[in-house]
Formats: sequence, C-alpha cells, structure tokens
Amino acid sequence: MVIAAACSKSRGLGLRVGMPVAHAQAMVPELVVADAALADDAHALERLAAWCLRLAPLTAADPPDGVWIDVTGCAHLHGGEAPMLGLLVEHLERQGLHSQVAIADTPGAAHALARFGGKPVEIVAGGGAADALAPLPVAALRVDSRTNDGLRRLGLDLIGQLVTTPRGPLARRFGSGLLSRLDQALGRVREPIQPVLPPETISIRRTFVEPLSTAEAFVSVILTLVGEACTLLERRGEGARRLDLVFERVDATVQVVRIGTARPSRDVRHLARLLDERVEEVDPGLGVEAMRLVLPLVEPLNYGQQASGLVADEAGAADLSELIDRLVNRLGQGKVYRLQPIESDVPERSQQAVPMHGSAGTGPWMSPWPRPVRLLRRPEPIEALAMIPDHPPRAFTWRRVRHRVIHADGPERITGEWWVRSTELVAVRDYWIVENQEGRRFWLFRQGDGIDPTTGGLAWFLHGFF
Amino acid sequence: MMTADTRAAVVEALRAQIAATEQGGRGCSRAHAVPFGIAAIDRHLPAGGLLLGAVHELQASGPDVEVGAAPALFAVGVLAQRPGPVVWIGRTGGVFAHGLLQAGLDPRRVVFVDAGRAVLLAMEEALRHPDIAGVVCELEGRLDLVTSRRLQLAAEGSQVLGFVIRRSRRFNDPAFNQPSAAMTRWRIGTMPSPAVLSHAPDVPGLHRPLWRLELLRCRGGEAASWIVEGADAQGRLAVAAVLADRPAAPAQRRAAG
Repeated sequence: MVIAAACSKSRGLGLRVGMPVAHAQAMVPELVVADAALADDAHALERLAAWCLRLAPLTAADPPDGVWIDVTGCAHLHGGEAPMLGLLVEHLERQGLHSQVAIADTPGAAHALARFGGKPVEIVAGGGAADALAPLPVAALRVDSRTNDGLRRLGLDLIGQLVTTPRGPLARRFGSGLLSRLDQALGRVREPIQPVLPPETISIRRTFVEPLSTAEAFVSVILTLVGEACTLLERRGEGARRLDLVFERVDATVQVVRIGTARPSRDVRHLARLLDERVEEVDPGLGVEAMRLVLPLVEPLNYGQQASGLVADEAGAADLSELIDRLVNRLGQGKVYRLQPIESDVPERSQQAVPMHGSAGTGPWMSPWPRPVRLLRRPEPIEALAMIPDHPPRAFTWRRVRHRVIHADGPERITGEWWVRSTELVAVRDYWIVENQEGRRFWLFRQGDGIDPTTGGLAWFLHGFF
Repeated sequence: MMTADTRAAVVEALRAQIAATEQGGRGCSRAHAVPFGIAAIDRHLPAGGLLLGAVHELQASGPDVEVGAAPALFAVGVLAQRPGPVVWIGRTGGVFAHGLLQAGLDPRRVVFVDAGRAVLLAMEEALRHPDIAGVVCELEGRLDLVTSRRLQLAAEGSQVLGFVIRRSRRFNDPAFNQPSAAMTRWRIGTMPSPAVLSHAPDVPGLHRPLWRLELLRCRGGEAASWIVEGADAQGRLAVAAVLADRPAAPAQRRAAG
C-alpha cells in the first residue's frame, strides 16, 4: 500500500505521495490513514469541472488532480486574466479546496506550470510558454516514471535542456511519446481536450447490437435520435442551434458531424435532413457501434403567431431559415449573405456582404444617380480617346476590343474620401455612362478632373455594366 | 360546322388539358404567370407571360455573354413584380446592389449565395422552397437535360420562378445551344438606342436602352423576337418608341443600320 494523496500538514512532516504506508507510519506513528476512493475522486473532479463552466464554456477534468479550462476569449468577461484567476482561487478556497492555477498557451504548458511552477497563480503571456517551461523538471511534461528516470540518468533534468537536445536520439531511446508531450506543451502539436458537458445538455445515445456501416442505417438512426431530442426540446420550450452527431466506431475512434441552424429549431424533419446531408462525410471504417446526438447549444423557442394571410407580407418577411440552414450546411459559413449599404460615394465601398442572421439588412439603399447592375471588383484600365476636361471618350479599347461611343451621359464627379485614406484628399473620379455601337452600356471613369493634375493622372477605367 | 370562336375555345381547352397532364395534374392557368405588360409578347406566350413554377434560361448576345448585364436586368425586372425574397446564386461581387434597386428590386429582399461549383445544386435546393419569389442562378458551363429537368421539377413543385443566366468566356459557346428542359430560352441583346431628342440628335444624354428580346425556345409556343425598351425603375419593359409610332418593318431596318 502506498500513499495516494497527502494533506499539506503531513507533507510538512516529510511524507510524500508514493511512499509505502508502512514507512510513513514508522515516521509518524499517530498518522491517520483512509482508503483512497478513486472512483469517487474522479466523480468529484468531473463535478468540479462542470462547476468551472461558469468561467468558460469549455472545461475538462484532467485526472487525477486537475481541471482544464479553455479560457480563450473569456477573460474579458471577468475583467482580465488575473482577476479571473483571483476569483477562481477565492471560490475554491471557500469550498475548502487548495488550488494552484496557471494560464498558458497550451494545455500541456498550463498543466506543467500549475503543478511545478511553484506559484499559486501563474499567468504566461502569449508566446512565452517555452521560456516559462525551460526551468521546470521534465516530470512536468506528463511522462511516465521510466522515461523520467531515463532522462535523469542522461543528465537531462530540465525541459529547457530537452528542447535543445537533438530529437532523433531522444525518439530512438524513449519513443515518440516524450516528443509529442514536448510538442504539445510548446504548442507545436494541437492537443484537443474532451470537454465536459453541462449537466442539462441534451445527449442521446444509441448502441447497436451489430455495427452499422450503411448510409441508410445511419439515416434511420438519425431520425430516431432527432425525434427524441425534439421531444425533449419541446418539453423545455427550446430549440437547437447546434447539433453534434458522434459516430463511435468499432475501432474505438469517433467521427463527429456538426451542424448549426440560423435560428432555434425543433423541427424533426428539418434537423434530420441537415444531418442526413452530412452522413456521406462519415467514414464508418469497420462499423459504427454507437451514435450519440448532443445538443451543445440550445435557445428558447416560443410559439409565435404566423403572419396574417390578409395583408401582404413585408419584403423578405418569409421564413427562409430552413433554406439558409441547408445552404450554409452544404456550402459553408459566409457563403450565404446579404448586401448592406455603406454610406460611401466610392462605388466599390458602398456595399458590404453581411452574414445572414435571419434579420433583413438595415439602412436605406439610395443613390440619386444611375448605377450599373454589374460592378467590376477592381476597375480595369482602358485606353480611351477623349477631349478634356468634360467630354466623354469618343472610343475606348477594353481587353483589346475597340468600342465606339455613340451616346454618353455624364460626368458624375466622385471625390475621394480623405477620412478613409489621406492620399484621397484631392482625388477625383469623373464617371460616364457610355453606349457603344451595339447598344451595350458601360460605366467608365477618368481619374482626375482634367484641369488640376494633382487630382488624378487622367487614366481611364471601366468599372461596370448596365 | 365549327365557327372560329368555338374552334379557338376547343383548342384552348385542349391546351389546358395538355398543360395539366404535363404538370402532373396540378393544372396551369394564366394566373400562374408574370405578364410583361406588352400585349404582343403576352399574347404570344402560352401562359400569358413568364410561367411561374418553371425554369427560364436567359443568355446575352454577342460579347455581353461574359458579363450578362442585360439578362441580369431582365431577371431583376421580372422579379421586381413578384413579392417575397429572392435567392441570387453566383459569385461574390458579381452584382451591384445599387443597380438592383434602380431596376426595381430592393436588395433587402435578396439573399446572395456564393456556391462556387455547386451553383446548380444550390439552385435546386432554393427552388424547392415555396416561400420565395424566385431564384436567379448565374451559370458558367453546361446545363444538361437531366439537371435542367431536375430544376424544372423542383420549380413545378414549389411554383417558384427560376432563372438561369448563362454566362461564358467564349464568344459563341456551343453549350448554349444544347437542349435543356427549361420552359423557355431567351436571348436578350442590346441594340443602339435612339437619340434622347429625335429632332435634335446632337443633344447629349441617354435614351432608355433598347433590347432585342429573342424567344429562342418555348415549350408549347413558337420562337419569336421583339424589340423593346429595357427595364425601367420598376423593372417593366415597354414597347419601343421607334415601334410605337411607326410600323415595325422600317423600324427594324433602321435599328439594324
């Protein structure tokens, strides 16, 4: 029997974790020993990790004695990293827990600094992990005791020494485990953490007697899972915004399909269809023995009255969220968008793509002067013959094709926006709508007003088509 | 003996029956079409306008096929007269929203989709959604019979108006002439517009654009061509002024010259 854990007082008496109990009792005759309840400890750690969800949305238990919290993008909610950790330590103290906390770029570095850093609260600035880790013993890298002993025998005590040692011989002697731990700590290799789920998260799992491997089978299971999930959602008055479908394969690996929706939904048909479309991405390998549907993000969804059929719907008021979900699901985020006006006279700056969030674009669209239906992303230079200052070109050549100008309208003068770029202070563009001999209409502009050379170099460009 | 009236009525009834059979029993009537508001065109088209729940192919003429400006304006003009959202599938930055507004279509009604190579897939998906006014798909490449049939069936199911704007980097792309299951195929070409003031041709300015609308293929109808004035601020076409006050034949000769 060995000591699994010791309180701070007994550690003060010279007792260490891993010491035989008989030895300890010989050193401290009145020692109180209790049997370790490892399962209960693990359980308590899970609960602690769930408790830490108040700090950040991603936390994970790190047995036997740690909790990982992914605080990326969360620190500002608590007034910065240092106040956040102060809060955490204080709360834990109140629960009677002694804690050591560290923030670093990688889970591995944070793990090492919390346990071996020596300070109760340690914050490593971004990019400083390598320097902070250098003076720590190699045991901080989560390596097994044999590797640890082997490294010490070689005289490699510190992580800093390990970093400068050639990797080849290290890998030959200790296997790839040591180097991958080192890379994880230094951020060269990503280390995902398996997050705990808040206890109220809907998670439904189905195990199969025989492993499944066909798409049809998956589709029918998806329908059952989504049906159950939607029943639960309906009872809670919520709709799903994100769904994770986890395929647990026979070879103990998992494949995950994630879908999102534009607005909360508990429509079985819609959600099942979104998942069905992604089934083909799943590689079932030798078979899938269990499937789990997790709803990590849900939002309240209340019954609302549909718009009355008596009055005409407002523009764009129809519910497109199902269609948008399906398109986003297939094409990717950012591929489905609205255009929003920006107050700018410079044509290429006057519209902006904004992602769909169910709401119609805001702001008025107005331009008192004619605008083309197609705008070149970048104006293309043309060769033009024109009298300056205020005549349209007689003819122009675009992409080696000559166009004779029969009719023209203009100029419309657009001045530069000096508040955007100081070089535009005096810049001027004169726009013309011209029609060529075939009746095609083009939108041309000339840089400069044709009188003052500082306003532009008199070069002509094609910018759009009517 | 059949009078001309009864014969016309019988032909009309038979046409309706054929249309109903084609549509899988759902029936089709003149209420399911967007009229152009030009009597000559509406009378020629079997549905009395552009049929809803159908796919219509649009192409530009000549070098405009690369840009497809006139077909875009044509589609915008038709959709401007329908209520509800519009799905526009094409490359990012292809459409200038201020221009859409000036052709009658509020950009707030439009959902843009950058579908990359999957334009037809995205179009079929959108066509299945019954709550939208229409779908515009800018296609560079082939549109074969099977795909266009799928699109057509999707549109028939939802009664949504679908436009495929054919674009190409090639001048006379043979892909444009391949048969497809689209309800109609239009070529919208530009023509030299007349002077703003016909009595003073030297006054600068621009007349309304002049288009030659060519109906190349029409299911249940015949090919034809008209000269019209391009879409105005409400997206409506108009009888070309040169035709309105003169007989058609000399006007066409004049336009060609």
